[in-house]
Amino acid sequence: MRQELIFTRFERFWHWAQMLIIFALLLTGFEIHGSYQLVGFNKAVMVHNICAWSLLTLWVLAIFWSATTGQWKHYLPTSNQMGDVIRFYLFGIFNGEHHPYRRKRWAKHNPLQRLTYLLLKLVLMPMIWGSGLFYMFYSVWMGQGAHPALPWVANIHVAGAWLMLTFLVAHVYIITTGPTVGEHMMSLLTGYGEVYDDEDEKKLEN
Amino acid sequence: MVITKKKSVDRRTTPIRLFITKTSRSLLKGTLAGLLATASLAVASTADHSEFKVLQGTFATGPDVTKACLECHTEAAAQVQKSIHWNWKIDPAKDSREPGKDNIINNFCMAVRTNEARCTSCHAGYGWKDDKFDFTKQENVDCLVCHDTSGEYSKFPTMAGHPNYTPKEWPPKSGKIREPVDLAKVARSVGESSRDNCGSCHFYGGGGDSVKHGDMDSTLSKPSFGLDVHMDADGLNMTCQDCHTTVDHITAGSRITMNARDMNGIDVPGHEFGGRATCESCHDSDPHKDGPAPLLNKHVAKVACQTCHIPEFARDKKTKVAWDWSTAGKSKETLKDEEGNITYSPKKGDFTWQKKVPPEYAWFNGKMNYTLIGDKTEKNAEGVVELVKLEGSAADSGSRIWPFKVMRSVTPRDPETGQMIVPHLFGKDDAAFWKSYDWQKAAAAGMKAVDQPFSGKVEFTKTTYLFPITHMVAPADQALDCVACHNRDNSRMAGIGGIYLPGRDHSEWLDRIGMLLVLMSILAGIGHGLLRYTRRTKGGQL
Ligand code: HEM
Repeated sequence: MRQELIFTRFERFWHWAQMLIIFALLLTGFEIHGSYQLVGFNKAVMVHNICAWSLLTLWVLAIFWSATTGQWKHYLPTSNQMGDVIRFYLFGIFNGEHHPYRRKRWAKHNPLQRLTYLLLKLVLMPMIWGSGLFYMFYSVWMGQGAHPALPWVANIHVAGAWLMLTFLVAHVYIITTGPTVGEHMMSLLTGYGEVYDDEDEKKLEN
Repeated sequence: MVITKKKSVDRRTTPIRLFITKTSRSLLKGTLAGLLATASLAVASTADHSEFKVLQGTFATGPDVTKACLECHTEAAAQVQKSIHWNWKIDPAKDSREPGKDNIINNFCMAVRTNEARCTSCHAGYGWKDDKFDFTKQENVDCLVCHDTSGEYSKFPTMAGHPNYTPKEWPPKSGKIREPVDLAKVARSVGESSRDNCGSCHFYGGGGDSVKHGDMDSTLSKPSFGLDVHMDADGLNMTCQDCHTTVDHITAGSRITMNARDMNGIDVPGHEFGGRATCESCHDSDPHKDGPAPLLNKHVAKVACQTCHIPEFARDKKTKVAWDWSTAGKSKETLKDEEGNITYSPKKGDFTWQKKVPPEYAWFNGKMNYTLIGDKTEKNAEGVVELVKLEGSAADSGSRIWPFKVMRSVTPRDPETGQMIVPHLFGKDDAAFWKSYDWQKAAAAGMKAVDQPFSGKVEFTKTTYLFPITHMVAPADQALDCVACHNRDNSRMAGIGGIYLPGRDHSEWLDRIGMLLVLMSILAGIGHGLLRYTRRTKGGQL
């Protein structure tokens, strides 16, 4: 076990920028939704649109980065140790057990994380930006009359927003379950975290 | 008529006469306001009517003046006789069912028929006192009401379109005497129509200043920028015809022939001339340039410009919003509000006046179905007869959300035939309501005159009548804020169906499920955390 750079500068930038943007999107999105009045509808729409484009740009960058660096492999789902991890969060954690997963350089996320982040990237985010793009460009596809699909597009987008908020709450909580409350968060700030040696590492790198 | 201009100068104030080619279209788009401002110069006419021989001497009557006009303007009367100002309907054929002032039943004075001599004080002609008026006689055309620039010409309220030629008392029994108009002087000071010429009728529709439309009243004679950005007396100072472009005496733009969605964009003179009576004629269909322009321009397809840019009408003067005829004749005392507006008149009943009125909104494709004489009416679920039914829907590409003034009145109806009554109000005969205050007699006489059955029964029914709102365009910074429509609780679009409106609409169950999910994850976090905290003494990870 050793301290090593697990989150590169780009990853850290990407993560925190995404956090800020999504926070702004949630805040303005729910104002547009009519849940409350905060910055004013017109400003909310403008900020939401700017943030939406920023987020899309960021995603494109991140996808490019993951693809070219091979980092996408961290998100491949696996059932290996999944049961252990779930059991740990449900029971073991209360009995002073150690986290069963040993982070490796080429498998920095535990199986539960892998699955969650994969679902986030493959389901929730496409759901949000897909519906968001349809929403944004409704005048292109709706034709001349009002299109009955618009409420569906909006509802899918809103459903995505609720799911995103739910994820964020859980995500922020789980961050605190490291060896110390702040450890996970610190490693995303400094980039360094504990890594175990991995026999398969050589094979994976090829 | 209140006219302030002194000289008979032809004003050439508009871009109509600017020679604009199709290639300069893009230039026009951005700089129209600038062009208008610089074009606002009074250009002298090449003719000084005070020099003309035929106009020297005196004139006994209006038609005598018209004969003199026609000496030179040989085609003018024939042109006017094709216009809505003359025929009071689009299709002048006698039995035409096309709507017009002539055959529409409204809920002000209800109908023109049998009351002509009073109503036709706003006809661009002389002598329409009953249904025997000769619409082909050229000298019956009134040139002066539209072309007087002296401000001295005005028609007498009850003389079928004539001015008074001898001193006459008005209002009746007031002791006030109206001196006859100096026709010769007026004839020698003719020119292009000003706001006040049009206003002499259009500001006073419904029988008084600001009664009818709500977006047209005498405050538009010299409006401030705040009241009307286009007609602003110290600014663009546009006239009515700058938009209601008039060719061969035919005026563009009318609520009878509305264009609810102008797809033509800018109308370039000489190329696509079809009148300039829509906002798009000058502002094009992507009018917003600053701020969130692309978002605002997306609204153009579904929302009429007027909807946001006329957030309230009757901003400087109250307009009549309700009229209860059922109380007419019940009291002898005239009542007025603090601004001098009559709130009860023995002849007409109770009135309600309102200033700064927010319009009501509806999908509208330009077609207003009016109740015409002879039409059977139905009450809606609230027991109200809608005298105007709008066509249009969210699904229709030609429809947009338009603002309306809704006039709410109580007017007489025949409960047996379902027809609205055409009452005989005005006249010296015994049947006239304003003579004997007997609805039965007034209804019988009126319905007989228009060849319609009358059961002998009169009921008073709530009615609504609609006017599209289009004048009194407010300064841009006073246009409706987004949130006026995009909000849940008091959206101006509360009654607008068929669309999903962000901010106004949401799915209740989706929000409940979403909220539940978020709450559950919060609770799970708190529960999990508490458990971790209480068992932390066991050592190991928190
Ligand atoms: C985490 C990301 C996001 C969240 C939480 C979010 C949330 C929301 C919410 C709650 C609404 C209100 C929907 C309604 O009531 O109808 C909304 C509106 C909207 N969102 Fe998003 N959104 C996100 C990302 C995006 C993205 C990526 C796009 C575009 C690609 C986008 C485009 C839009 C558009 C166009 C609207 C409608 C705005 C309008 O009324 O003009 N959003 N968003």
